[in-house]
Amino acid sequence: MLARLSQRYGVLIALAAIIALLPLVFPSTYYYRVASLVWVSAFAAIGLNILMGKAGQVSLGHAGFFGIGAYAAAIGPAHLGLPSLAALVVGAGFSALLAYLVGRPILRLRGHYLAIATLGFGALVALVITTESHWTGGPDGMPVAKLSLFGWRAGGSGTWYWIAGGLLLGGAWIAFNLDETPTGRAFRALHDSEIAARVTGIDVNRFKLQAFVIAAVYASLAGSALAMMNGFVNPDQAGFLHSIELVTMVVLGGLGSVVGSIVGAAVLIMLPQFLTVFQEYENLLLGFIIIVSMIFMREGIVPTARRLISRGRA
Amino acid sequence: MPEFFQFLVSGLTVGAVYALVALGFTLVYSASDVVNFAQGEFVMLGGMVTVFVSTAGVPLPLAALIAVGVSIVIGLLLYWLAIAPARGASAISLIIITIGASIFLRGAAQIVFDKQFHKLPSFSGDTPVNLFGAAVQPQSFWVLGGAAVIVLLLYVFLERTLLGKAVLATAANRLAARLVGINTATIMALAFGGSAAIGGIAGILITPITLTSYDVGTQLALKGFAAAMLGGMGNPLGAVVGGLLLGSLEAFGAGYISSTYKDAFAFIVILVVLFTAPQGLFGRRAVERV
Repeated sequence: MLARLSQRYGVLIALAAIIALLPLVFPSTYYYRVASLVWVSAFAAIGLNILMGKAGQVSLGHAGFFGIGAYAAAIGPAHLGLPSLAALVVGAGFSALLAYLVGRPILRLRGHYLAIATLGFGALVALVITTESHWTGGPDGMPVAKLSLFGWRAGGSGTWYWIAGGLLLGGAWIAFNLDETPTGRAFRALHDSEIAARVTGIDVNRFKLQAFVIAAVYASLAGSALAMMNGFVNPDQAGFLHSIELVTMVVLGGLGSVVGSIVGAAVLIMLPQFLTVFQEYENLLLGFIIIVSMIFMREGIVPTARRLISRGRA
Repeated sequence: MPEFFQFLVSGLTVGAVYALVALGFTLVYSASDVVNFAQGEFVMLGGMVTVFVSTAGVPLPLAALIAVGVSIVIGLLLYWLAIAPARGASAISLIIITIGASIFLRGAAQIVFDKQFHKLPSFSGDTPVNLFGAAVQPQSFWVLGGAAVIVLLLYVFLERTLLGKAVLATAANRLAARLVGINTATIMALAFGGSAAIGGIAGILITPITLTSYDVGTQLALKGFAAAMLGGMGNPLGAVVGGLLLGSLEAFGAGYISSTYKDAFAFIVILVVLFTAPQGLFGRRAVERV
């Protein structure tokens, strides 16, 4: 127990150190931007991993919540006169409420049926965003006001690097702590066997719903952060392909592993940046790398690496 | 009333393609428990290969045959190179692999072909036929007729041939099928090849109406999966009914209510159906063993 506790804080301290020291080796501001993108995506992936890896429920529509957060940050200041930070909170609250209302019926479904229901939900959100163009700017997207706090305005890749890094650290810390709470244990129980969990007196539906709402809030906050960082939103952020990207980050990195989500996000964000050199071949290589890594590291990158290391020690 | 038939015909035409994609999903899922998100790429391949081979001077029927052949080869390669080596991986890992395969095939298509939209000539002219006051494109009959023939052939194959019964046995219980001497790996390869052929044919039939390009696969995979789930995963009849239902819903929704929210009706209906029948319209109840 104590070993696990210290291991957990070790990981958090290592993460903080990486975030703090990485800028020392950045040759240009472009690297700040890519790293910030990784932090924000990793934050969303960690949330989704709580739902998928811990509670064992799949969601193929999670970009819907990401999109709600992103458009809350855009619409709040532009149409409703809300300060950016308040818009972010309202977006997260709205996502939580929607997840609660939609999750109640959806989460009774299992496996592939849950997959198609969440996919449908995500598609509906994306459709509303694309269609209600007087609010959202339609398919072209809309600009987002810069984040300002008490007259101080957050702009530039440098500032956002630290905000995104802090967000990630907080998100990882909460996810780690969740493991050791009764809620975290209930998630694990229903992940292993829903019926067995129910027999031991766990309110299965309540905990599934809780995991869904938590994951929705993570995605929504990540969406708001990305929107304010980019100064722009478009409907792709709520689309099916983005949902798939988030799921791939979680599975590629390792289901149930917080570090895995960060690694998965880093791989999926950085890979296309490297592959742009190959222009035409970008999709081809991206698809190939996803297939090969899933065949040879089927539990995901981090769990596989961990297993190899412990085997080397023994 | 002519309006109604107009929507019905166009809905059923698109629905027939959804049904064929859903049939591919179901076939692969029954034989191997894999949800193959690359299913839509076979539709793309069928259309694109036919377009490029026929513009190279090959007569259309031969070009179509080549396209089906290419789809089958790609389907088999998908099984042997990506699915078979990952045997024993979790369902979600396998889904990610097929999504990777779909990105890969899209990437390959944009290099081998191009990023433009392409059209095929209609098989029997463009003079609309009047049916109950609705103007019907002759190509619609090709799509509906083609889909009907495929469904019939598949039914005869599954119910009347020894190999087809081996497929059904594998779908029912893989271990038991292996025990009675069925080579389940061959059956899975057969399912991938067969579903690729079905997808390829669907692509050839629909291209004269909807056009094709390297990236049409994703949307079709989405709709095909939705249709398969609507009918109940693993049930061929359900896949066909789900596909036709989905296409009609879209057409009526677009025609009578709002064309911008065309895609929404389908998903709203799917959500409502799943809330009332969590296993789809024709699905079996799943039992969890503890």
